[in-house]
Amino acid sequence: MKKIILSAALLTCMAGHPAFAAGDLFIYTWGEYTPPEMVAKFEKTHDVKVHIDTYDSMETMLAKLKSGAGGYDIIVPGHDTMTILVREGLLEPINASQMENFRHVDETWRDVFWDPGRVYSAPWAWGSTGFVIDSALVDGADHSLKTLFEPDDATKGKINMLRDVNDVINMALRYLGKPRCNENPGDLKAVLDLLTTQKAFVKSYNSETKELLASGEAVVSMSWNGYAMRARDEKPTLEYIYPKEGYTGWMDNVAVPKGAPNLENAKLWVNFVMAPENAAMITNYARYSNGIKGAEAFVDKALAAAPELNPPADAPTPEFLPACSPAVTKLYDRVWTKLLR
Amino acid sequence: MSARQFSLSSRVSPRLADLGLLGPAIAVILVFMVAPMAIMFVYSFLQAAPYGGVEWVFTTEAYSSILFERDFLDNSLTFTPDYLIVLARSVFQAGIATVLCLVISVPTAYYIATRPERQKNIWLVLITIPYWVNLLIRTIALLFVLRGDGPINAVLMNLGIVSEPLPLSYNGFAVCLGLIYSFLPFMVLPLYSAFERFDFRLLEAAYDLYASRRIAFFRIVLPVMRPGLIAGSLLVFIPSIGSYLAPDILGGGKTLMIGNLIGTQFQSARNWPFGAALSMILLTLTLLVLLWLARRAGHQKSDCR
Repeated sequence: MKKIILSAALLTCMAGHPAFAAGDLFIYTWGEYTPPEMVAKFEKTHDVKVHIDTYDSMETMLAKLKSGAGGYDIIVPGHDTMTILVREGLLEPINASQMENFRHVDETWRDVFWDPGRVYSAPWAWGSTGFVIDSALVDGADHSLKTLFEPDDATKGKINMLRDVNDVINMALRYLGKPRCNENPGDLKAVLDLLTTQKAFVKSYNSETKELLASGEAVVSMSWNGYAMRARDEKPTLEYIYPKEGYTGWMDNVAVPKGAPNLENAKLWVNFVMAPENAAMITNYARYSNGIKGAEAFVDKALAAAPELNPPADAPTPEFLPACSPAVTKLYDRVWTKLLR
Repeated sequence: MSARQFSLSSRVSPRLADLGLLGPAIAVILVFMVAPMAIMFVYSFLQAAPYGGVEWVFTTEAYSSILFERDFLDNSLTFTPDYLIVLARSVFQAGIATVLCLVISVPTAYYIATRPERQKNIWLVLITIPYWVNLLIRTIALLFVLRGDGPINAVLMNLGIVSEPLPLSYNGFAVCLGLIYSFLPFMVLPLYSAFERFDFRLLEAAYDLYASRRIAFFRIVLPVMRPGLIAGSLLVFIPSIGSYLAPDILGGGKTLMIGNLIGTQFQSARNWPFGAALSMILLTLTLLVLLWLARRAGHQKSDCR
């Protein structure tokens, strides 16, 4: 831990001097996302010193990359941000699909819309946004978003929604059977009405769903699957639901920003991440699925069978949405403001 | 004064010495206040770039969109009360918090100021102890106290006073309590120093001259207290109005205050100019209140003469 802090501090000082030394790798990623044992293994195998710096939102990362304050060799953007990065020419074409370990990548993640042919990136981890119920108190047998949007009397006032404009509005659009990233005023009006009616029954709009569910403050909560699993550790009656109306999927990808000072080491890392035993470390540590075939063998038993990581056969496939257009972002923000004004 | 005579006057002209002494303070203000404000001011007149940031095109759209919006349905420009409601709520919440802080602080400050010297210090330390802990942690702790499964509701339910947990958290009440809890010492301390300086013999003199308690309070105590009252009120009102944590955590994010609205614009809404414009409006509002108070204080002084 101390090492990480120290290297982060060092990195800040070095940011202006990318030609620091051979044998370094600067990673810019989400917090608590990179397994320390994985870093140690990479450092040992390739004799490269790994430095990790973290961000707390895609906006922060984008802003930093766009301002040119680089010095990073590896970033871990979400799939929707990938589209923007590729379009703005902020990524190095590393031809991940030509790398040795690419053969381990699951077919689903080989040719993806955010990086056709995997020119710029390799899979890191993926997850979904569904919802969690306390099965001791709530009947979620129909797996419907109705439990969230038109709750029974028993659950009224004990509902938590994520504080995420896109996730909430897209979920409402699914419930109404309307297309996502929607610019249609009529549809958005319907969303606003639905959310406004629901608001009377909502306890909070909070993305820290684990604590709320584990403490029993919320008995129904929209949630990311990784958080849902952590909450279930503390409260076994919690159940993660894959809504029958559909749900959002997301994938974080390993990519190399343009002008990375240690390009060769970055490529080594991308290849390294795609090896099954290494990808398994990601799942064991961050508790999200990894998208690498053969990794299951190295994943902790409890995780490998977890319902949060294994959608039931009858669940819809997750929907991976592109970044909505700026016009949609603006409309969504207006709906959000009207909801919370 | 002696410092200047001692070290500087022999070699440096007094004016230069003043400049040298002022330098660090001016530099800090320029770098950490004026420069960021200037950036915000400029940004508020630019166009939002699609994915955060700004495009260097002059426009006053950020300001006009505070009051007007393109209609959902027919795209006509119509008046929208949304942002005014948020602003009004912020002023209202901050106002209530200020008044309640005042009500709590006056007796507290009076009590402390009239204790013997040793006790005074103990009380003052007790008032400031919560400030050794980070505001975020204090706010979350308060949430845990107020929540359905928190100690207050547990006690009330065990005593059979209520059968269902009282809705103390995730609402306007919790936000208000959070603001008071966060900023109370900023009111107590200036009031304390005002009471501390107050010469109670003046009060005795007033009574000797047959002043009623009422008149003594309004003509003797209040004028002396006024600077403390104003300072305390400002120190509570200004941070309250822009408060981000209390509505976010204690209010459960269910209603926005202006601070949250500004935060969203720089994050998910990716509309930096609008966020900057809202900040400018908030700053202007605060300055107007300050100016108004300063002018009133000026009038008060001339009245006395």
